[in-house]
Amino acid sequence: MFRSSLGKISGFVVFLVLCSSVAYGEYGDVVLNKRSEAEGVRPVVFPHWFHRIRFRCKVCHTELGFEMRAGANDVTMQQIINGEFCGACHNGVIAWPTENCELCHSGKPGTKSGIYGGHETLGPGKW
Amino acid sequence: MKKNNAMTGRLKIHLMFGLILVVSTSVTGADDPNTFNRLMDPPSKRNPSPMTDGIHDPNNNGTQLLQPPKEAFQQLPKGKSGNYIDWMKALQDKKINPRNDRVDTKSQPIIMDLNIVREVKGSMPDVVYPHKQHTEWLDCANCHPAIFIPQKGANQISMASILLGEKCGVCHGKVAFPVSECRRCHSKPKPTKTANKKNKSDKQAK
Ligand code: HEC
Ligand code: HEC
Ligand code: HEC
Ligand code: HEC
Ligand code: HEC
Ligand code: HEC
Repeated sequence: MFRSSLGKISGFVVFLVLCSSVAYGEYGDVVLNKRSEAEGVRPVVFPHWFHRIRFRCKVCHTELGFEMRAGANDVTMQQIINGEFCGACHNGVIAWPTENCELCHSGKPGTKSGIYGGHETLGPGKW
Repeated sequence: MKKNNAMTGRLKIHLMFGLILVVSTSVTGADDPNTFNRLMDPPSKRNPSPMTDGIHDPNNNGTQLLQPPKEAFQQLPKGKSGNYIDWMKALQDKKINPRNDRVDTKSQPIIMDLNIVREVKGSMPDVVYPHKQHTEWLDCANCHPAIFIPQKGANQISMASILLGEKCGVCHGKVAFPVSECRRCHSKPKPTKTANKKNKSDKQAK
């Protein structure tokens, strides 16, 4: 009796702790979910911090043509496989290839497109 | 007897687990309404790992293979907000060496050393916009002409537009250091009538 109620309490505490883990992400993380979930895969999470350690902004935002606005880029899996956008690097030469679906499609189902991680400014990126 | 021991053993484990959780939540002050730094992220919430950050799916096999930011940030100079990394210092101290070209590791950015001082009405120090730091990371075309007309004073910039994600706010507050670090932009103190002490930032700004 005593034990089972304790079990319930610690279970409840676990529940509380899980509830407090709301969506916050790392500063600069971008979720791309224009098509992913509609097509049956998890949303894509792109980490800025990880990539800016390795590349200057201009590599993606000038050479590869990524617009600097979350959601402004119409990226399809076919283009990526053909070597555009993420596929310009995730080609098995500069970085691991596109076969590793789960490393990109790692978002929690239901997460909307946009920038995460406690950003402060609003505007187009937020819509 | 033996069974009983096992029972109490399990009970102890349960108790310990419960206690640890209770302690860890009360330490972060989750239930005390009258704490210090009520609206600040506690350090334990900074740089969350993909497994707990709430935007990655912990049930996805790939998620646990991703690098937790803290691991990568260990050797980088600390900052006050955002990623809690001073990215400018990390670059200048060569703690990181981000490529300037997708494949060519020798390519170097063309740096332009031109400060633009924007006078601010009121008591806030003037804004010094440094081309030097920006051209380390960015191309002219990332800003000109879409965000800024390349002519001193030709652009209307206000704090309100920055907070709306325009002008400097296209990057600051999203990927580059956030707007809360006022003095990194408002870095040129106003000349005071009483003293003409030489300011460090005076010689930067022409
Ligand atoms: C490896 C490629 C890559 C690098 C390097 C990179 N970015 Fe991005 N950036 C992206 C992608 C992908 C997006 C999301 C685009 C989308 O959602 O359509 C993005 C989006 C953005 C946005 C829009 C955010 C919003 O909320 O609208 C900004 C601002 C930005 N990047 C700035 C930067 C800055 C500053 C740097 C350098 C410090 C940088 N990026 C480096 C790929 C990159
Ligand atoms: C390098 C990162 C990356 C990898 C690896 C990757 N994807 Fe994607 N994928 C994306 C991005 C970015 C999008 C566009 C996201 C959006 O807007 O919803 C996308 C979109 C999709 C879509 C939506 C429909 C479409 O065709 O655009 C499907 C389905 C998809 N990917 C399947 C896969 C599968 C299956 C794999 C593994 C074989 C895979 N992806 C690997 C980045 C990746
Ligand atoms: C300019 C080149 C470049 C582009 C463009 C690029 N990546 Fe990457 N990415 C890399 C490199 C390099 C790595 C590290 C690979 C390694 O460990 O070998 C990486 C690693 C990653 C990782 C794993 C991070 C970790 O924790 O290990 C993810 C996730 C990722 N990229 C997603 C994306 C997505 C999504 C896009 C497109 C929106 C993208 N990348 C575009 C170069 C790029
Ligand atoms: C991060 C954004 C950014 C980047 C990148 C950038 N600039 Fe600027 N530039 C500005 C701002 C802001 C001003 C000031 C505009 C104002 O005062 O209204 C400016 C002003 C100028 C001016 C006018 C100076 C004057 O005295 O009238 C020139 C010329 C200029 N930039 C050239 C360049 C060149 C060349 C590059 C690339 C090497 C470059 N800029 C990169 C933001 C940028
Ligand atoms: C296109 C993106 C972009 C725009 C627009 C932009 N910045 Fe930056 N800025 C950066 C990046 C990236 C850094 C590098 C530091 C970082 O990421 O935290 C930086 C660094 C700086 C620094 C250097 C801080 C230091 O420690 O040396 C100052 C000052 C600054 N920005 C002011 C401004 C002002 C003022 C404006 C508007 C007139 C502006 N920036 C517009 C991307 C941008
Ligand atoms: C990314 C750089 C940046 C940061 C960070 C920043 N400012 Fe500003 N601020 C500017 C620029 C640029 C202007 C416009 C100056 C002008 O009139 O040309 C400005 C203008 C102002 C003004 C004048 C009124 C107005 O709205 O134009 C005030 C007051 C002000 N800032 C306060 C602050 C405070 C307080 C903070 C910190 C919470 C802050 N700023 C952080 C760049 C910045």
